[in-house]
Amino acid sequence: MSDTQAHSVAYVRDTMLPQQPAPAGQSGAVQWLRENLFSGWLNTLLTLLGVALIYTLVMHFLPWFLHGVWDANSIKECRTIITDRYGEGATGACWAVIRERWHQFIFGFYPPELYWRPILTFLLLFVAVGPLLFTWVPRVLAWFTPVYPFLAVWLLWGGSGWTPIMIFAGFVLGAAILLLLSPRLGSIMAFSIGAFVAILYFLFVVGLLIGGLQAILPWGLESVDSAKFGGFLLAITLGVGGIMMSLPLGIVLALGRQSDMPLVKGFSVVFIEFIRGVPLITLLFVASLLLNYFLPPGTNFDIILRVMILVTFFAAAYIAEVIRGGLAALPRGQYEAADALGLDYWKAQRLIILPQALKISIPGIVSTFIGMFKDTTLVVFVGLFDPLKGIPDFIRADFNWKGIYWEPFIFVGAIFFILNFAMSRYSMSLERRLQRDNH
Amino acid sequence: MTSAPDAPEQGFRLSQLIYDTRYRSLTIQAIVFILVMGGAAWLVDNVIQNLNDLGKDFNFSFLGQRAGYDIGNAIIPYNNDMSHGRALLVGLINTLWVSFLGCVAATIIGIFVGVLRLSKNWLVARLMTVYVEVFRNIPVLLWILVAIALLTDVAPSPNAYKVNQQTGEAQASMLLDSVAFTNRYTAIPSVHFDRSLGSLDTALAPISLNFLALVIVLIASIWVNKRMLTHAAKVQESTGVRPTMWWKSALVLIAPVVILAIALGINPEEPQIKGFNFTGGTNVSNSFVALWLGLSLYTAAFIAEIVRAGILAISKGQTEAAFALGLRANRTMSLVILPQALRVIIPPLISQYLNLTKNSSLAIAVGYLELRGTLGGITLNQTGRELEAITLMMLIYLAISLSISGVMNVYNNRVKLKER
Repeated sequence: MSDTQAHSVAYVRDTMLPQQPAPAGQSGAVQWLRENLFSGWLNTLLTLLGVALIYTLVMHFLPWFLHGVWDANSIKECRTIITDRYGEGATGACWAVIRERWHQFIFGFYPPELYWRPILTFLLLFVAVGPLLFTWVPRVLAWFTPVYPFLAVWLLWGGSGWTPIMIFAGFVLGAAILLLLSPRLGSIMAFSIGAFVAILYFLFVVGLLIGGLQAILPWGLESVDSAKFGGFLLAITLGVGGIMMSLPLGIVLALGRQSDMPLVKGFSVVFIEFIRGVPLITLLFVASLLLNYFLPPGTNFDIILRVMILVTFFAAAYIAEVIRGGLAALPRGQYEAADALGLDYWKAQRLIILPQALKISIPGIVSTFIGMFKDTTLVVFVGLFDPLKGIPDFIRADFNWKGIYWEPFIFVGAIFFILNFAMSRYSMSLERRLQRDNH
Repeated sequence: MTSAPDAPEQGFRLSQLIYDTRYRSLTIQAIVFILVMGGAAWLVDNVIQNLNDLGKDFNFSFLGQRAGYDIGNAIIPYNNDMSHGRALLVGLINTLWVSFLGCVAATIIGIFVGVLRLSKNWLVARLMTVYVEVFRNIPVLLWILVAIALLTDVAPSPNAYKVNQQTGEAQASMLLDSVAFTNRYTAIPSVHFDRSLGSLDTALAPISLNFLALVIVLIASIWVNKRMLTHAAKVQESTGVRPTMWWKSALVLIAPVVILAIALGINPEEPQIKGFNFTGGTNVSNSFVALWLGLSLYTAAFIAEIVRAGILAISKGQTEAAFALGLRANRTMSLVILPQALRVIIPPLISQYLNLTKNSSLAIAVGYLELRGTLGGITLNQTGRELEAITLMMLIYLAISLSISGVMNVYNNRVKLKER
């Protein structure tokens, strides 16, 4: 019945009207503002508060930033220039301190003619970690990764060129024994023998070899004392060194804590809980004050190395907990599947369990790294020159820069922010890249 | 029925210790045990030898000696004639006090920021994101140093609060007429009682009986209120109608305390500038304020992220289901969303509290004498007993950490999902 009406109507529109834009109040900027800023009285109030906050902050700090002076030799000169330019009572930033002392913020007291060494080390760091971090980097470069730590230590501290080569040779020796013997004796025996030979080599042979070779063919770099390290050079050295060493140790501790063997599990738990229960500062004090009590009389080794050992322990305990979370989050079926395939413990861990567990743990691991990098500033309390307090205090001790606070804080804080923010963004992108939804 | 033939009886061979999975774990554990114990023995042996060489011994008798140094912010009575042990106690209480106040402030700011970061208001959400990212990515030491620099450099001297006789105005004005930041201390109001019940002398510190009475009354009111609520729940279960409780609860909780406080003549004592300094009220040292501020603001950024993640972890379906049942927004929040979100929030929150407590050892940067400053600082330097002082300090921090995580885990067990 109803369809008859269509024919009875005199006029039916046979073309569509063109679409009209939405009314002015419901589109574009006005609509966006209404939805996001003024959608109710509470929202409006919050917006007004936010605007007021931004206004106060900008009004307070912008003039100070705009009146910044880059060219001066002392804080007094800065203040005179600002008064001359902007009138009596004007305040401004004295960036001149950064311009004059930037090298101390970055390198500490490293000899200026040797700055190329830390810079080269830093650049090579990207070559070394590139193949691990980015897929577009050629895989061939992965061969450089294990060489890098030895090269970096040598470049930074200098000394005989034979030392890194011979120490590297020790690791190669151990690995070669492991690879040669494992088909015949099984991985456990091969590993034990390899480790044993390597330790013997490090204890008794390496010193003689280095001395002998150095006598025959002396070559090397000018050595730089640890006391000359400071600023971001120190922070990055400690941070990267700690990260590189704590990740393997953390994995071992996490596996130990998940182990079926009560004794191994017990030792891991005690170690992890002890380290996590005390502040890093106390551990740094152990490094600076107590470590020589625990070593044979007369042993005296480098303060940076001592601190790095304790920082590594500290980070490893936290990483162990993060990875334990990842291990626990894996479905039971993955372990059972590995057993069903007849894989032994290490093969199962290496091929099935750890890749997945580490993938789950990426956010936690990266935030541990960020925390550790920030914590490297605490070394100031054992007498090292960290960029945040050690170096600025040193600069303020100079009469010219007495009483300068904010500019070093802003400069150092900005660098820390950029590095850490970059790390956290990278970890997010890595998470996205590794995401597999079909697990 | 045939029984399986017995496994061929072979004698135990030594190689089984490595290749037979039945014995292998025992072998590995034995080797690990020997290695660890050997390492420990080596360390202890070195310590003994080193101590011998230095002519030192290992004992804690230095804790009984006279300390001889002053502590600016002692909460319990202390003077420099007391022992190092007493100084340790003062430091420990200072550590706990600043950590406690820091945790409270960080939680409040953190919840605030975390919730606002999820706000529909674009501007506020962005501002909170900036706050979180800035505070998370910069070392806490910087925030503590900034706070102390602000207080010592930017804050006016107490003199500036003085009213100028000619103009009738002061250079600086107090916050809400009761808090004054100066470059030496922060003056805050304190509580004053007109009628005092006296105080109870204990070995640790004298306890004001007025405060004790208030606390006891408050605890009693909470207990009574809880009983009343249980009763109300019972009535609701049996009759289906819940008796109106809100005014009874309010009365029980508030009235007794208020009546007691009025009876004792409670009144706030505002700081007043007299001469060159503030009197009345309490003067809190800047080192404490800076440490507290730096720790709270830094940790709050982490807590904000935890709160945000906790709320986001609850799927939207839960809210929709609650609305479909006819629950209003605030009931949905308190009955459906929060109980579930707390499960996600509490474990990481515990570790943030622990971090804050451990970070309080950064007090060394501002000169606030807490455990690390007394036992691990001045006492250690005066007595030269590094081994004892640092060992003791580590054990104390360990005990604090373990107790915090213990207490919070008990709470976590109460709110976690009950699986049946």
